Amino acid sequence: MARTVIPFGPQHPVLPEPLHLTLTVEDEIVKSAIPKLGYVHRGLEKLAEIRDHSQMIQIVERVCGICSTLHAMCYCQGIEELMNVEVPPRAKFLRVIWAEMHRMHSHLLWLGLFADAFGFESLFMQFWRIRERIMDLQEATSGNRVIVSVNCVGGVKRDIDAETQKWILDTMKIVEKEVLQLKSTIMDDFTVKRRTVGIGVLSKEKAYEMGAAGPTLRASGIAQDLRQTGYAAYSDLNFEPVIETDGDCYARTVCRFNEVFQAIDLIREAFTKLPDGELAVKAKGLPNGEVVSRVEQPRGEVLYYLKGNGTKFLERVRIRTPTFANIPPLLDMLPGCDLADVPVLILTIDPCISCTER
Amino acid sequence: MKDSVLIINEDNTPELSPDKIITQTRILKDEGFRFVTMSSTDLGESICVLYHLDKDLQLVNLKVDVPKGSKIPSIASVYGSAMLVENEIKEHFGVEFDGLPLDFQGMLYLDEEVQKTPFCKIGITRV
Repeated sequence: MARTVIPFGPQHPVLPEPLHLTLTVEDEIVKSAIPKLGYVHRGLEKLAEIRDHSQMIQIVERVCGICSTLHAMCYCQGIEELMNVEVPPRAKFLRVIWAEMHRMHSHLLWLGLFADAFGFESLFMQFWRIRERIMDLQEATSGNRVIVSVNCVGGVKRDIDAETQKWILDTMKIVEKEVLQLKSTIMDDFTVKRRTVGIGVLSKEKAYEMGAAGPTLRASGIAQDLRQTGYAAYSDLNFEPVIETDGDCYARTVCRFNEVFQAIDLIREAFTKLPDGELAVKAKGLPNGEVVSRVEQPRGEVLYYLKGNGTKFLERVRIRTPTFANIPPLLDMLPGCDLADVPVLILTIDPCISCTER
Repeated sequence: MKDSVLIINEDNTPELSPDKIITQTRILKDEGFRFVTMSSTDLGESICVLYHLDKDLQLVNLKVDVPKGSKIPSIASVYGSAMLVENEIKEHFGVEFDGLPLDFQGMLYLDEEVQKTPFCKIGITRV
């Protein structure tokens, strides 16, 4: 049978992200997939040579809009370790609250895009309508809807007052109720099940071996989440990773739904335990040495390797994002699937090419 | 100990010669470690390549110093997922990996007209 080579992306009607794959198909069955990166490569890591270590916070926040605060948190955590700075407890809890709000809006954004991929345009708008509530909270607490610039070396730049806390908690109740309603609408739907159950199965062994991250890893039954290490204030919160066992597109979707509910619980608990105290401590000196810092983004584990040389400029900033880790598992899942399932399968790893290409 | 931040020093990050890297990563894989990523830094005369692996969220690093212009073995035969990041390091730092199963010839991110390795302080021209 003749083989056909199909360029898939970087601009594709279904994909919101400029992922570029070269697919080889035989009678609409994918035989192989080869990635090509670079469409949105900006060389942000290189900016460390001309932006000092405190200016780099604003740079890393722009690696990806969807997880801006988590990039900054991971970066600051690494610099704090190099400069031997102990972050105040209130700042640690506030970092968790913003991080979990980010996780919620990222997953809601993805759920909307996922619904849209099936042609459920009204459902897409419903998810994004709920997401707007989180965006409003982010704007009210940080001054910005997308780039939530709250982290600094030594703590956070903003506080959340009692009145806003009440607003956030009231919003959590509404969001929880609305997402729960939509969960059964999409997950019990016949068409969605036909297009996702048993499609793009990533076994537990393969997920681990290929270095998958985030919901892509946990939907295959591996209970691994960086929040288990207890960074920021997670050690004081009741946290257990959300896992699914089937490893297919359906399991990855359920995993993200459940992580939205988990984020709501974590925010509630963090507000209950939020201690009084200062927001940041002053960091003295200049970063010197090498450090690896990791946190759990909505899409999975992000890794920062930072090398300081005792000057205000870092010698190296290296960022490994979760989508980069999820490309090899994706390339493993694609062969054997129908060409029509490729967009859904790609979507279920929640690719962020802006992150990946930096 | 599980930790999300790890200072890299001589005690926790052994420096290996390039010919030992495949054996060492194979040993760690057999012990259940998974591949996380690799990092690289331009040291002037050489490129420092760090291999990050983890097991139960415990990170382990291996360091290899690669003189500029020399080759190191690819670990893609041990961890297939290392192929992409090895191509990235080749493209940005000019490190050649021996045995890469899929070689993008320096065009994973960059285009053909880019002739230099952009992350090196002194670039290596592509021939």
